[in-house]
Amino acid sequence: MAELSTPTPSASAPAAAPAEPGPEPRPRRRLDGEWLRRYGVYVALGLLVAINLVITPNFLTVSNLRLQLVQVSPVLIVALGMAMVIGTGGIDLSVGAVIALSATLIPLYIGYGPLVAILVALAVGVATGALAGTVVARVGVQPIVATLALLVGLRGVANLAGDRIRPIRDPFLRGLGTGTLLGVPYVVVAAVVATVVVWFVLGRTTTGRQLVAVGGNLRAAALAGLPVKRVLTSVYVASGLLAAVAGVLLAARLQAVNSASLGQLAELSAITAVVVGGTPLTGGQVRVLGTVAGALLLQLLSSTLIAQGQSDAVTQLVQAVIVVAAVYVQFGSRRTR
Amino acid sequence: MAVTPRRVGTAARAARLAQRQGALVVLVVLCLVAAGAFDTFATSGNLTNIAVQASFLAVIALGMTFVIFTGGIDLSVGSVFALGGVLAAYASQYGTLAALALPLAVCGAIGLVQGLIIARGGLEPFIVTLAGLLFARGLLLLVTDSGRNTYDVPVGSAFREIAQGSILGVRHPIWIVVVLYAVGTLVLHRTSYGPTVLAIGGQRDAAELMGLPVARARVLTYVASALLAGSAGVMIASYTSSGVPIIGIGTELQAIAAVVLGGTLLTGGAGTVLGTLVGVLLLQVIANVINQLSLAQAWQAVVQGTILLGVVVAQRYLARAERR
Repeated sequence: MAELSTPTPSASAPAAAPAEPGPEPRPRRRLDGEWLRRYGVYVALGLLVAINLVITPNFLTVSNLRLQLVQVSPVLIVALGMAMVIGTGGIDLSVGAVIALSATLIPLYIGYGPLVAILVALAVGVATGALAGTVVARVGVQPIVATLALLVGLRGVANLAGDRIRPIRDPFLRGLGTGTLLGVPYVVVAAVVATVVVWFVLGRTTTGRQLVAVGGNLRAAALAGLPVKRVLTSVYVASGLLAAVAGVLLAARLQAVNSASLGQLAELSAITAVVVGGTPLTGGQVRVLGTVAGALLLQLLSSTLIAQGQSDAVTQLVQAVIVVAAVYVQFGSRRTR
Repeated sequence: MAVTPRRVGTAARAARLAQRQGALVVLVVLCLVAAGAFDTFATSGNLTNIAVQASFLAVIALGMTFVIFTGGIDLSVGSVFALGGVLAAYASQYGTLAALALPLAVCGAIGLVQGLIIARGGLEPFIVTLAGLLFARGLLLLVTDSGRNTYDVPVGSAFREIAQGSILGVRHPIWIVVVLYAVGTLVLHRTSYGPTVLAIGGQRDAAELMGLPVARARVLTYVASALLAGSAGVMIASYTSSGVPIIGIGTELQAIAAVVLGGTLLTGGAGTVLGTLVGVLLLQVIANVINQLSLAQAWQAVVQGTILLGVVVAQRYLARAERR
């Protein structure tokens, strides 16, 4: 599983853990606690799929599944970057504005060819991520404030750059938005690739280990000689880049860019997916597959409610309750106060 | 570095002053420049306009200030603000008392539930109030038939007077802000709740070990925040004589920005109430100046974001200078 955590005593070993050497005794299985915390999101997702199989006609059709995946992909891509940032104990509120800005630039630079336009959009994501990372890592501003300032400011820049809704007629970008690879839409392929890359980086590389170490205990990581500032900066760069990727994909799929509305509240969807997926906001632990399941769960939840003829109002109310319930199951019992 | 202790003291004091009052300095400079540049800025009409426009955010940000003192955050205030406005406009047909009681009861209940989940359930304020944001917005959509209904306050209703009237030539919303911030300052400095809130933000475990009523104070903070956001909704419903469903989106971020601009640290444990008011006024004056320049609305966000980033970066450097 793609679960990585720094060995914090409170999380891994309760006070009763014996100190004697020798083979470690098997920890007692507690179905209600640790198990639910670890696999709850998958169980919930499975349950929701099962319910849908029964109550939603045409649920198990290729077109419906494809639609669900296409819709969840941009959210998931953003959430993966968010998961890395949250793993370091930070947060990135700027992703929605980065989506809007990068997408807005596409119609402006499409005259130079689609590849140039895409590169400009991605470069902007990297640049804004580097700015956020520098302000957080080098200056020491709290992540929530630094990225809040970027959220406000970058949305303004996006609105200045895209003063009206601009259509995208470029065939390459349209193909990117609507085309498929062996029946799988490119948008979904991109999300899968992003998931695998993030999973690999976190689970199999030194950078990934350093990332969770920084999130687990920043001072200890610094004292251990880890390149804390570089790690911190790079997660915001990664988050900015992934947000820009989502922006490009959304622009390609929607074939028009409205800088005022695109990516609005995307930061909150991404954070919700990450947290519902079992990654604690306090950092030191990232669950990549949990994040995937969290994003799928939220997507399926809203589409199920809408398919059942529920209004936006009910959908939001149910989502709110589910989010709190999911977080309570996973984190609520750790601190009993 | 190698400087004499005396000079360190002076420099540190100057740095601390600049950190705490940085927003005030920017605000004063901006007002002076604007007054010099536009004849229309320093008129009583324009200044009243700024103050009234700022009053809604000021009331919301006051609650946010106390939440942030405890080291928490309240993302639900924008939705609760909008919900309060819609409920007030809806209930105004049953009389002024109903128009006050219904929104405050519902908003207070939302704050209470959030506070209980945070303080007793031990969940992160960020995620609980994020759910609260969704929940309050969902309730609002239910009440307004998915945002299609805009309730109007009946013509001649006394409820309109709440935000449209004036006393001694000063508009009611300004009075409300003055009174609430005076109360907020008194609560912070003259009651046991103020130090308790700051102690929780400083170090919650220590506050608990000292026997302070940590859970109760935290719950109360979220109730107060929701009540103030709901009150701001009541004010805007009275001011515009209607309950507009689409307001309040992103207001929580504006409120947080105002609190941060006012010199309150998001880590909690320190800050001032009046600093928040300065932060709110700074945001509003920026908006006003952008309007005076007849620039695109988007510039407002660009300038506000830039100033917020500039102020927090400056605060960090000044805090380092203070420590030296």
